Amino acid sequence: MDAIATFFRLIWELGVYLFTVVPDLLPIILALATPLALGALCGVLNERSGVVNIGIEGIMLMAAFFAYLTGFALHSAVGPGASIALGILVAIIVGGLLGLAHAWLTVSVRADQIIAGTMMNIAAFGVTGYLNRLIITPSGLGGAGVIAPFHLPDAVANLPIAGPVLVMFFDQGPIAMSVLFIVIALQFALFRTRWGLRTRAVGEHPKAADTVGIDVYRQRYLNVILGCGLAGLAGAFLTLESTGSFQNGMTNGRGFIALAAMIFGRWTPIGAFAGALLFGTATALGVVVSIRVPEGDLGNIMRSIPSNWYAALPYLMTIVILAGVVGRSTPPAADGVAYVKEGKG
Amino acid sequence: MSRLRQAARRIWRVASIPLLAIVLAFIVAAFVIVISSVFTSTGLDVFLPLGAYGSLLAGAFGSGTGIVNTLVAAAPLILGGLAVGLGFKAGLFNIGVAGQFLVGAFAAAVVGARLADSPTVLAAPAAMVAGALGGAAFGFIPGFLKARTGAHEVVTTIMLNNAAVLLLTWAVNDLVRAPGFSFPRTGEIGNSALPVLLPRNLHLGIPLAVLFVFAVRWLLDRTTIGFEIRTVGQNPNAARYAGMRPVFVTTLTMTLSGLLAGIAGAIQMLGVIGFYAPGITASVGFDSIAVALLGRSDPIGILFAAILFGAFRAGAPLMQIETSVPIEIIDIIQALVILFLAADLIVRRVFRVRSTKPVISELATVARTWAGGTPPGGAT
Repeated sequence: MDAIATFFRLIWELGVYLFTVVPDLLPIILALATPLALGALCGVLNERSGVVNIGIEGIMLMAAFFAYLTGFALHSAVGPGASIALGILVAIIVGGLLGLAHAWLTVSVRADQIIAGTMMNIAAFGVTGYLNRLIITPSGLGGAGVIAPFHLPDAVANLPIAGPVLVMFFDQGPIAMSVLFIVIALQFALFRTRWGLRTRAVGEHPKAADTVGIDVYRQRYLNVILGCGLAGLAGAFLTLESTGSFQNGMTNGRGFIALAAMIFGRWTPIGAFAGALLFGTATALGVVVSIRVPEGDLGNIMRSIPSNWYAALPYLMTIVILAGVVGRSTPPAADGVAYVKEGKG
Repeated sequence: MSRLRQAARRIWRVASIPLLAIVLAFIVAAFVIVISSVFTSTGLDVFLPLGAYGSLLAGAFGSGTGIVNTLVAAAPLILGGLAVGLGFKAGLFNIGVAGQFLVGAFAAAVVGARLADSPTVLAAPAAMVAGALGGAAFGFIPGFLKARTGAHEVVTTIMLNNAAVLLLTWAVNDLVRAPGFSFPRTGEIGNSALPVLLPRNLHLGIPLAVLFVFAVRWLLDRTTIGFEIRTVGQNPNAARYAGMRPVFVTTLTMTLSGLLAGIAGAIQMLGVIGFYAPGITASVGFDSIAVALLGRSDPIGILFAAILFGAFRAGAPLMQIETSVPIEIIDIIQALVILFLAADLIVRRVFRVRSTKPVISELATVARTWAGGTPPGGAT
């Protein structure tokens, strides 16, 4: 009887604790979710048009590197603001070019899409590691700088209830905040515009789309390039807004968690964003519990859980969510299947 | 004579694209080296690739030590390649070799340290079995999840790789840290170390790895379960209609794949590394994928591909020391090899060859089961 009572008391304490840390969580969730959200949107754009892209991880890493390299090389020449802006631009272009490569491999050459993505990941790891050792490490110079986050006036941030929510979304860096607009714009575009209809058509039934005069190849190229441009922006976020430095393999599985967020969100932009926020929250919780530990029994239990377990939480959660959600969600029907035009064998 | 020529022609038909893909990868990587030499202190050097490849070759085969190093590096790649290749046969893509390798290495290190004072005939096999079981358990998880829920192994195995690194770090820090060392690590493995057959560390794990090449070949070609694995890989639906058990086969194949990766970790631990410390990294993961693709997921092909990549890994340090070409050029070459295998069209155009398609046909199943979608069949 006592054991049960203690159990429920602990659950209650945990609930109270989670409620009290909300103000600590809210400001960091969006930043942690941003690369995941952009990667997931890349996945949505790719897969809605029928192209599987598991190379998002590599594209992010490559863009992160070149964004950093640009910011780093131009830092003294054009000043910190302009070099960072150029770095972001370079990241998007690098992402788009790698998207072009992926589209060429999967749409035109009809190479295996999973292998093409794997190749992208290995290539990114190799190229960034190679250039990092060759150019950045020996130079011994400092970083490329980071974008200063935008700060809400204290009067707004201290508003009851609305304050923390506004802080969550608008007391952030420019890339993190731009995600909100990109999500809404893509949700609208995918379901309310001609481009969106065409995208979904070539992803669900390319032959029918072809029959009514939609250029399946063109549409897929366009979507893969656009999507990978977003993955490139995610890379720029990692080096120029979040950390201000580059480490080998710094994407650390984010490209794959993004894919899980995409599946969680059932291939819709808003759903994918929600999935990214969920993973961002899991990561944020791992950060916050190690800083703010409650008193009493609950605190003892939480302290006894090693920090590595909290760090592993997003990865383990990805697996659990994937296993729970995936059977009940339906990918685009022609996802992962190369389209062969009639008479082109 | 004509039979000899026929055999040679057959080998060429199978091996020409992989071989030419390697040649092409080295040519393209040479351009990368030349262009990137602009950024170094020595400036543009058109002959740098020749020097770099020369050092690579010298490091891998130029001396007895080099050859032993190549074989030592090849052993885990043989097993890792077999792990990925076996998965391919069942239409599964095990990107989790890195994690299964680490779990296997960790389990072997812990059991090896525990039995450090027992006789080698007992201690080494026990530590090997521990590694194998650790890898198998870590392969079972994504296999079971794929079979039961449709969670795609490409995502789950990558997540498990990341989780493995963190959880093993915790295990070494808090559970099995050996006393008397300044940093967290497992204890000395003592008698559990694999016997060295030839000077300079040619350990027993190398012939063992070769033995597994034939074991996997036998499993695939000569047993009922091997037939089931291949059928499920070609077409899961047909396999189900034929009364086979795709759920069982999928789970079993991933478990066996993890087992092989775990053994790879165990032989590396007991033959080379000697103790587990946080931060040991496994380039074996990506390398194994390249090996399996280059070997067309055929055990004999994997053997040759593993020796080749073992040579790259063994020769690369000398190349970096002598010519300052970063070691990561090996990853770039690897990616290029995979690129030219996936887009074999390029190789065919450049070298004007005809041969059988290098891409493994079961890979279509990997893409088709993406996100748990049912095989779309005629959904073009």
